[in-house]
Amino acid sequence: MTLATEINNGSSSPEKLLAPVLSAFWDQPDSWTLETYERHEGYRGLRKALAMSPDDLIAYVKESGLRGRGGAGFPTGMKWQFIPQGDGKPHYLVVNADESEPGTCKDIPLLFANPHSLIEGIVIACYAIRSSHAFIYLRGEVVPVLRRLHEAVREAYAAGYLGRNVLGSGLDLELTVHAGAGAYICGEETALLDSLEGRRGQPRLRPPFPAVAGLYACPTVVNNVESIASVPAILNKGKDWFTSMGSEKSPGFTLYSLSGHVASPGQYEAPLGITLRQLLDMSGGMRPGHRLKFWTPGGSSTPMFTDEHLDVPLDYEGVGAAGSMLGTKALQCFDETTCVVRAVTRWTEFYAHESCGKCTPCREGTYWLVQLLRDIEAGKGETSDLDKLNDIADNINGKSFCALGDGAASPIFSSLKYFREEYEQHITGKGCPFDPAKSTAWADNHKEVTA
Amino acid sequence: MTEQISLGMPQLPAPGYPADVRARLEEDARAIVARYPDSRSALLPMLHLVQSEEGHVTRTGMAFCADVLGLTTAEVTAVATFYTMYRRKPSGDYQVGVCTNTLCAVMGGDAIFEELKEHLGVGNNETTEDGKVTLEHIECNAACDFAPVVMVNWEFFDNQTPESAKKMVDDLRAGRTVEPTRGAPLCTFKETARILAGFPDERPGAVEATGGAGPASLVGLRLAKGEQPHRRIVHPRGETSGQEGE
Repeated sequence: MTLATEINNGSSSPEKLLAPVLSAFWDQPDSWTLETYERHEGYRGLRKALAMSPDDLIAYVKESGLRGRGGAGFPTGMKWQFIPQGDGKPHYLVVNADESEPGTCKDIPLLFANPHSLIEGIVIACYAIRSSHAFIYLRGEVVPVLRRLHEAVREAYAAGYLGRNVLGSGLDLELTVHAGAGAYICGEETALLDSLEGRRGQPRLRPPFPAVAGLYACPTVVNNVESIASVPAILNKGKDWFTSMGSEKSPGFTLYSLSGHVASPGQYEAPLGITLRQLLDMSGGMRPGHRLKFWTPGGSSTPMFTDEHLDVPLDYEGVGAAGSMLGTKALQCFDETTCVVRAVTRWTEFYAHESCGKCTPCREGTYWLVQLLRDIEAGKGETSDLDKLNDIADNINGKSFCALGDGAASPIFSSLKYFREEYEQHITGKGCPFDPAKSTAWADNHKEVTA
Repeated sequence: MTEQISLGMPQLPAPGYPADVRARLEEDARAIVARYPDSRSALLPMLHLVQSEEGHVTRTGMAFCADVLGLTTAEVTAVATFYTMYRRKPSGDYQVGVCTNTLCAVMGGDAIFEELKEHLGVGNNETTEDGKVTLEHIECNAACDFAPVVMVNWEFFDNQTPESAKKMVDDLRAGRTVEPTRGAPLCTFKETARILAGFPDERPGAVEATGGAGPASLVGLRLAKGEQPHRRIVHPRGETSGQEGE
């Protein structure tokens, strides 16, 4: 991509490439409090929203071009518009805070440092879709975040942003924080709804979609944390400001999470379309003395990339055109010390463990993938196993109710595409040629000797 | 011994809670049910609640949930066994979970888990003899930029090494105060389960403990504000770079 290269060479100044909005005041003392949030223009977007009619508000969010930050990239305003109005049924907003996709680590730090951005977004969204009860479904395994959500909700009720007649608008709104109990599948929106109804978290067949028959069979919007938390800034600063960032089809800012064998892992908030090369260039690159081998653009369920893809614009279209998905922008980077067979085996064990068991291809397929991969990793595989892996993944992909099965197939397909030789090495060499000790965070720290 | 062999035969109904415990839990249950338009939605928090009473989800706890919510024990059992956070056997005061999903595993989680198993003399999902520590490996806990991560009673212990993790479990077993890198000073597993049931942590200072965002959460912001030198050290493909520092 010559154009991208030119841009890269022209400027990799972090001040120009990054755009902290949600993370703009995470470094302030008591960043999670209502007081700090209000001092940073908090709840101003809500006041602007309440001055509009709900239908105009939905149209405004739609025109901003905001797309879902939970992985699929569905336009947020369009999701809101699908809620039938005047149907006499209660409407619900359910925020998906079940962040569990391997590699994904954006919503949890966002909620820990700035929970009010979510709450403000919830009030705006509920006003738009005429909902008087919203839920935050938070994964249970993050108690520090749960504490701050409990506190932020308490503050918001006390300040009149929740409860009866919010800011004199006539909107009555209850907000319930609901802690899950440990199940990756509950990040899938219909499984999440079943779980919130007090059942096993198993995906539902669609249609009907949640917009028609969601929570308690009522019209329901399910949005990711970051999507909803982005709405207040759009209202406060305007949709033109929002669309001035990113690309036409992927406007705005978002959180990129850099992790793994990089010099500076962490959160980088930037306009959509930044490249991994730009992020690495500004943050110190890979850890000293090592080079990038493979990475995921958006969590383990998105097909992996290699160092050939450093200049792929990280927006919905760019990553899609390069054969993967933007997903959750979880940029897990692995260097040359990492065995790709080990990485894929572990991810596949995860999918097998987390498969809810409802659909046969996923339940049985992930089980057999794990058996084959463990054998290959241990040097007990046969060359024909590689075709078998591909075949089983093909029998899972697209053949189950939800995307967990597709996610399980992604690492298999993509690793076989880019690293088939490495699989073959395990088979012909009857073992793994890598030393896991060299991959650890402390491997290059020579002062520390572990037994 | 025949009593060691489970034939999967139906068991007698579980005994109920003592009257005073039941009265107290019923009051909590009413508060939970009141949060939802439909009472069945209270089931997950109520399972956390009964876990906060006994440290794991017992047949008594499940029967209580069924009774309060008008469900069958089979319906409750089906839910309780689906979710990994509900323990099904007595366990320790401190649940030490080592992330061994791919990224943490590669970054050292596998080594930490192996060394902790050896150090504590327990296997996965087993408890030390003193009843203090239950060790298990866990899946991705949304803190990959702090890898390798260990969770204790679901508080974050970031950027761990085998040494730091071994010291931490030693401190837990010796009754010394242990503080996470992100989260509040540790309470017991039962107390944690009560927060998960939706009852806010009332301990002074618990909400603000360990301050705002963790260090990794701030690296992008600091770069954008020009507070960290713009570094160019290693190119992703490993070419040598002439530009170090600014």
